[in-house]
Amino acid sequence: MVERTPVLNFFTHLILFIGFVFCIAPFVVVAIAASHNLKDVNDVPMSLLPGSDFWVNIKTAWTTADLGPKLLNSFIMATGVAAGKVIISALTAFSIVYFRYPGRTFIFWLIFITLMLPLEVRIVPTYAVVANVLEPYQTILDLTGLSWLIEKVSGVHVALNLGMLNSYPGLILPLIATATGTFLYRQFFLTVPDELTEAARMDGAGALRFFIDILLPLSRNNMAALGTIMFLWAWNQYLWPLLITTDQSHATAVTELKQLIPNVGGAPEWHIAMAGTLIIMLPPLLVVVLMQRWFVRGLIATEK
Amino acid sequence: MASITIRGVKKNYAKTQVVHGVDLDFPSGEFVVILGPSGCGKSTLLRMIAGLEEISDGEIAIDGTVVNKLEPRERGCAMVFQNYALYPHMSVSQNIGYSLKVAGVPSAERQQRIQAVARTLELEHLLDRKPMALSGGQRQRVAMGRAMIREPKVFLFDEPLSNLDAKLRVQMRSEIRKLHRRLNATSVFVTHDQVEAMTLADRLVVMNGGRVEQVGTPGEIYTRPASRFVATFVGAPAMNILEGTVELDGLSLLGGSRRLAMARTGLPVGTKVAMGIRPEAVRLVAPGTAGALYATVDLVEELGAGRVIYVDLDGAPFSVMTSEAVHPEPGSQVGLKISPDDMHFFSSETGARLDVFKASVPEPAL
Repeated sequence: MVERTPVLNFFTHLILFIGFVFCIAPFVVVAIAASHNLKDVNDVPMSLLPGSDFWVNIKTAWTTADLGPKLLNSFIMATGVAAGKVIISALTAFSIVYFRYPGRTFIFWLIFITLMLPLEVRIVPTYAVVANVLEPYQTILDLTGLSWLIEKVSGVHVALNLGMLNSYPGLILPLIATATGTFLYRQFFLTVPDELTEAARMDGAGALRFFIDILLPLSRNNMAALGTIMFLWAWNQYLWPLLITTDQSHATAVTELKQLIPNVGGAPEWHIAMAGTLIIMLPPLLVVVLMQRWFVRGLIATEK
Repeated sequence: MASITIRGVKKNYAKTQVVHGVDLDFPSGEFVVILGPSGCGKSTLLRMIAGLEEISDGEIAIDGTVVNKLEPRERGCAMVFQNYALYPHMSVSQNIGYSLKVAGVPSAERQQRIQAVARTLELEHLLDRKPMALSGGQRQRVAMGRAMIREPKVFLFDEPLSNLDAKLRVQMRSEIRKLHRRLNATSVFVTHDQVEAMTLADRLVVMNGGRVEQVGTPGEIYTRPASRFVATFVGAPAMNILEGTVELDGLSLLGGSRRLAMARTGLPVGTKVAMGIRPEAVRLVAPGTAGALYATVDLVEELGAGRVIYVDLDGAPFSVMTSEAVHPEPGSQVGLKISPDDMHFFSSETGARLDVFKASVPEPAL
C-alpha cells in the first residue's frame, strides 16, 4: 500500500532523518575529535566545533601506527577472504543445487549448521591447525603406529610441519568457508529457470561450461553483494588477525588501531586515535560506495 | 535427416508411471505433431527423445542408433523451448552461436553461420540486442535460430507457440511450416492446441493418459477417430456424443427417450454404444420433419462465417455448426437431421471405435 499525503510524507521523512542522524552522529564526533589538539579533545564536554589540527593528527596517526603497510595487509586479507568466499560459496551451491548425489541434503545441512559455529567458537582448534596444517595427519600417523613403522624401516623420523602463522594464507584461508554465501547462492541458483539448464545441455555444454558461461555471468549482482559484505566483514576482523600475526609485518590495520589507543598512564591522545579510526574506516566506505549499485540489486531484485 | 523409432518406452517418476509403453515410428523428414491434453505425457516423451529425461524402459533410436544412454549433445537433436530459454546475458548472435562455440567451431566460421541463420529468420538487424530487448515473436525466432544453426538431424519443439498472442501464433505457425519444407529435417512438435496440430502435421499422434490413442494424418484423425477420446478432443466445437443402444431398425438414444430410425447399423442388437456426430455434420431442419430429432435452442454463438447453435436434447448438451443463414431464437424448437454416414460409433465400455457400420452397409441411396 502506497499512500501519498503531505502529512504522511513529512512524518516518514522525519523518521528517516532521525535514523540518519543516529547513524551519522558517531562518525561526526570521530571526525571532529580528530581535528582537535590534545587539550581540546580532553575538554569536558568536548567542543563540537572542528579544530584546526586535522591533517597534523592524520599524519601522526599514519606514522605512529605505520598504517601504510598495515592497510595493505588489511586490503590483501579482506580481498582474499571476499574472493575466496565468493568462489567457494558459488561452487558449493552449484554442487548442491545442480547435482544429485547421495547425502546431498545431509551435506547442505552440515554447511548450514556451521552458521552456528562462528570462528570465535572454534578458534582454538583452528589456531592449532593453522599453526601446523599437517598436524591432523601427523596425529593419524602417530596413532596408527605408521610413523613408528616408517622410522623403523627407513630411519626417518616423521614430523610433518607446515605452519601458516604470520602469513597471508594463514590470515585468509580459515575465514573463506561461508554458509551464508552458500545459502545466498543456492537461493539464486534455484531461481534460474530449468529450461536454461536444459537449453545449455542441448547446446552441448557440460556442467563446468554451464557454470562458467551461464551461471557465473548471471550471478554477477550476487557476487557483488556477497563480495562487498564479506570484504567489510573481513576488514573488520579483529580476533583472528590478532591471534595469528605475532609478527608486526603481517598485522592488519584494525589490530594496529590498538597502538593508537592511549595506554593507562600515557598521554590521553584521543585525537590521534580518532584520526587513525577515520583512515581505517575509509577503504570499506569506498568499497560500499562503489559497489552500492550492484550490491543492492543483488540482495533484493531477481532480474529477469 | 533421420528417422526416429520408439519401442515400448515407459517413464516412471518414483512410483508413478506417466508414460505407459509407447511405440512409434517417425520416418525421416516428416513433421510429426504430438497432441494431447496437459499431463498426457507428450512433453515427457519429447524430453526423452531429447535426452533431458531418462528412459525408464524401452528404447529410442535415432537413425537406427539406440540413443538411450547418449547425452543430449550426442543425439543430434535441437530443441525449441516453450519459454524460449534464451541466455539473458548474451546477445542474439551469442545466443545463436553458443552451441558452435561449445563445439569449438572457429570464430570466423561461426560468424558466417550466425549470419546465414539470421538471414533466414530475418534477425540480422537484431544480432547485437539482448533477449530482454526483443518482442515475443523475435525471441521465438532467436530460439529457432539457436536450434537451426547446429543443422540437427531432428528438431524438437516443446509447445513453442503457446506464449505468443493469437495473431503471432498463426504467423509463426506458417513460418515453422515453411522452414520445415526448406530444411526437411525430421521434426517433432508437441502441443495441446489442436488447430496448431492439424495445420502443421504431416502425421499426428494423439496421446492421452500416457498412451498413444491414434496415429495418422490430420485428415484421418478427423474423419476416423480411433476412440471416443480422439473424437471429442480433435475438432472444435467438440464432437457430440449420445449414449444409446443398437436396435433392429435404428438406435435408441438417451435411455430410450429418443429414437433414430435407420437401416441396420451392422452392430449386434443390444450393443451399448456412444454415437458420435460432429456439429458441422448435423443439418438443421424444420421441427417435425420426419426422421429428425427435435431439440430446444439454448444459445446461439455467432462466429461471423457461421454460427454454433447449442441445443438441449432432453438434458444432454448438443451443438450444431451451420453456415446457413438461420438464426433460431433461444427457446425455440429445431429439428436435427443426422445422416448415418456421418455417425461414429464407439464402445460404451472401452471407448474404442466400432467400425462395422460402413463396412457392412452399402452407401444408402438418398
